[in-house]
Amino acid sequence: MSDAEHAVTGIECPVYLQYHFTAGRAPARFLTRIREGVLTGQRCPRCSNVYIPPRGSCPACGVPTEEEVVLPDKATVQSFTVVAIPIPNNPIEPPFVVANLVLDGANIAFIHLISECDNSAVHIGQRVQAVWKPREEWGYAMDNIRYFRPLDEPDVPVEQIGRLSVSGWEG
Amino acid sequence: MSKLAAVVGIGQTRYKTRRGDVSIAGLVREAAANALEDAGLGWDDVEAVIIGKAPDMFEGVVMPECYLSDALGCNGKPMLRVHTAGSVGGSTALVAASHVQSGSFRRVLTVTFEKQSESNAMWALSTPQPFSVHLNAGAGGYFAPIIREYMRRSGAPYDVGLKVAVKDRLHGARNPLAHLQLPHITMQEVEESMMLWDPLRFLEACPSSDGACAMVIADEELATRSPKPPAWIRGGAMRSEPTMYAGRDEVNPRAGRDCAADVYRQAGITDPRRDLDCAEVYVPFSWYEPMWLENLGFAAEGEGWKLTMAGATSLDEGGDIPWNCSGGVLSSNPIGASGMIRFAEAARQVRGDAGAHQVPGARLALGHAYGGGAQFFAMWVVGADKP
Repeated sequence: MSDAEHAVTGIECPVYLQYHFTAGRAPARFLTRIREGVLTGQRCPRCSNVYIPPRGSCPACGVPTEEEVVLPDKATVQSFTVVAIPIPNNPIEPPFVVANLVLDGANIAFIHLISECDNSAVHIGQRVQAVWKPREEWGYAMDNIRYFRPLDEPDVPVEQIGRLSVSGWEG
Repeated sequence: MSKLAAVVGIGQTRYKTRRGDVSIAGLVREAAANALEDAGLGWDDVEAVIIGKAPDMFEGVVMPECYLSDALGCNGKPMLRVHTAGSVGGSTALVAASHVQSGSFRRVLTVTFEKQSESNAMWALSTPQPFSVHLNAGAGGYFAPIIREYMRRSGAPYDVGLKVAVKDRLHGARNPLAHLQLPHITMQEVEESMMLWDPLRFLEACPSSDGACAMVIADEELATRSPKPPAWIRGGAMRSEPTMYAGRDEVNPRAGRDCAADVYRQAGITDPRRDLDCAEVYVPFSWYEPMWLENLGFAAEGEGWKLTMAGATSLDEGGDIPWNCSGGVLSSNPIGASGMIRFAEAARQVRGDAGAHQVPGARLALGHAYGGGAQFFAMWVVGADKP
């Protein structure tokens, strides 16, 4: 065999990085509260929009946000995808539904899982509620919520998504 | 008033899954050498180098520009690195142009690259953060819900994405540099390919490519003396917006609309579909063609898909405004270079040098790139005629 056949043209060389995460004031408050099972957002003093998770400022107005708003764990599906491929280092088995969800009283979506449902029946405007891990497993993390499951409530019209009050949706 | 600048040399590598025969340095040098040859120039003719690539985390090489200066013949010369995620290829071209338009340099080399075979672009950016669940399923997972919302709003038929996936691959089959060579692809084949991120199928997504793209940009006097026809830069603009803010229109981002309005104003374009001869637009997932047709003003809101379905954007169907004649990002995706390939292919069209994917008689073309969560935009308009 020639040298060319044994030539080393590349080796696998994975890179791992471990971070100390400095959350900052607003996310630290959010993480402290979610450890107690409470979802805490912040309202912009200028545009009145509520952000969760809060980052301490309104990205649209460029002003600090300080007023805290406690939000319920009910949400509306803004949009979603059904993912057919696995996520490395995540035990979740495909297919699974990843949705952009807006909590009642919030004006911004975050992503989370939707489960306990027929994937093909998930739709924009659907009402869902958080399914929490057992209290003893709660930490400083958004995944204290295991996933969201559908609620037996009427759909929210598209123009109302992201504009509900904390009192929720009566239909 | 800024000075005139023009593209006088274009160099690309062949795009493929793995370029095992060259290192990153070899890859960028190949594109740069091709651009210099196209311009009839040598390394000493370059005054400065402007380089761009997608985030360093992809290949795990931090600040690669430092070690690439040798391969790019710019030891002792000014070098600048540009960072704007997937739009970086476009932004890098604009930063390079601005160094000539400002009068700082008379002739610059600009290069962008990605070596996806040595990287893990899909997951390199999905770093866990405690205030969010770790569910980022790559770029497709991010953009699929936005596409779903476009489909709902526009009422577009389900097969628009299939049509774009076929159209761009047929264009790519005319381009010997394109990564995917699928001259016999059909809509049925796309439809039967695996659903990855519903509503996006495997064949509706871009490939992972190795490759680099380079251009030489020169001032008016040097461009006029250039051996091949220059592509005159008629306008250039960048815009960005936050990824997340309440009320953000993710389907039709304002930064994209504002960027297009700026570049059209500079180029004297009032109706892009009528005034432009062709466009190279960053479409990494099939449905982004109709979405950007609307965002860039080629069609009214909710109507972009009608142009696609009528064949208006297809070279093979004799469309009036062919998009991505090179095969686009759907045929080749060396991420950091993908935006610059759009800019360079627009320039090739107006130089009349696009080979089998040439739009006959093209005089004015748009190059477009977007990146991040569709929050970075870069565009230029190039013309055969000096403004």
